[in-house]
Amino acid sequence: MAPNEQTVFQRPSSLKEVPTHYCAGCHHGTVHRLVAEAIDLLDVQQQTIGIGSVGCSVLLYDYFDIDVVEAPHGRAPAVGTGVKRVHPDSVVFTYQGDGDLAAIGTAEIIHAANRGELITVIFLNNTTYGMTGGQMAPTTLPGQVTTTSPYGRDVTKEGYPIRVAELLAMLGGTAFSARVAVDTPKRVMEAGRTILKAFEMQVKKQGFAFVEVLGACPTNWGMSAIEANERVGKEMMDYFPLGVYKDITASG
Amino acid sequence: MKKIIIDEEFCKGCGLCAEACPKQLLKIGSKLNKQGYPLVEIESSDQEKCVSCALCARVCPDVALKITKPEK
Repeated sequence: MAPNEQTVFQRPSSLKEVPTHYCAGCHHGTVHRLVAEAIDLLDVQQQTIGIGSVGCSVLLYDYFDIDVVEAPHGRAPAVGTGVKRVHPDSVVFTYQGDGDLAAIGTAEIIHAANRGELITVIFLNNTTYGMTGGQMAPTTLPGQVTTTSPYGRDVTKEGYPIRVAELLAMLGGTAFSARVAVDTPKRVMEAGRTILKAFEMQVKKQGFAFVEVLGACPTNWGMSAIEANERVGKEMMDYFPLGVYKDITASG
Repeated sequence: MKKIIIDEEFCKGCGLCAEACPKQLLKIGSKLNKQGYPLVEIESSDQEKCVSCALCARVCPDVALKITKPEK
C-alpha cells in the first residue's frame, strides 16, 4: 500500500486468507465475515471457541483463525454448553444452519436457550438443506419447491415453517433474540451490529444471545446469485420479519 | 490510484458487488480464475470515479475486495 493511501475495508484478521468452498452468491461467507469482524472488534480472538455444526458450514474451522469444536448434527448448543461451563472465561459461539438448528437440533437449542447458557448462537436460515442437496427443511416456505417437496410445501401435510427467533424470544432464559438479513449493504451492516451485540452480551455475561440471519442458497433454489439475493427480500421476509424480538438490555 | 483491489483467487463472479455499487463501476467480465469462475472487473479509468464507499466489499460473500481511499 502506498503511503498516501488509507484502507477503508479489508479482510478481518480472525478470518483466514483462504477461499471458501461455498457456491457463488452463498451468504455463509458474508456471515462468516461479520462473525470474524465481531471477534476482531471485541479483541477476543484468543479466547474464542467456535462450535461447528453439520451442514454447508461444517468446514468453518478451515476459515476462522480461532479454536473450533465440531459438534454432532444438531448438538452444537449442547457442546457449546459444555465448553462454556468448563472454560467460563472463553467466548463460545455456535454457527448453525436451519437443517441443523431447526430440525435435528430443535431440542438442544430450546433447552440451551431456556437454561440461559452464556453462549452466542448464529443461525443461518436459507429455507433448505444446502449440503445434502436442497431437501425440505422446517423453515422451507409454504409452496416452496424442494427436492423432497416437488409439488411445493403443503402445510396440511408438512406443517408450517418454524420462526425460531420468535420461538426463542418467549423463553425465560433468552437474553437476546433477533432476526437480520444480509441481502443489501444496509442490512449487512445492521446484521454486523446485531452479531456484534450478541457477542458483546456474552463478554459482559448478560446471557444467551441468538441471531437468526436470512440468507440465500442460489444452487438449491435453482436461481442465479442475483435472483436468490432478491428472493430473500421479496419472499422470505414476508414470513420471517426482521427485528429484535427480545433484548433484556434495552431500556423502556 | 486503485481504490478497489480485487483478489482474483477469491472472487466467484456472483455479481452481488456489481448490484451494490451505487456508481455501477463493477461488472462481471469474461476472464476466468483458476477455479473457473468469471471475475468481476473494473475499468482502470473507473477507479477514479470510485468514492470508496465499500458497499461492494460489504456484500461480497467471499471477502474478495479490498477498498482504499487517498489520505487527506
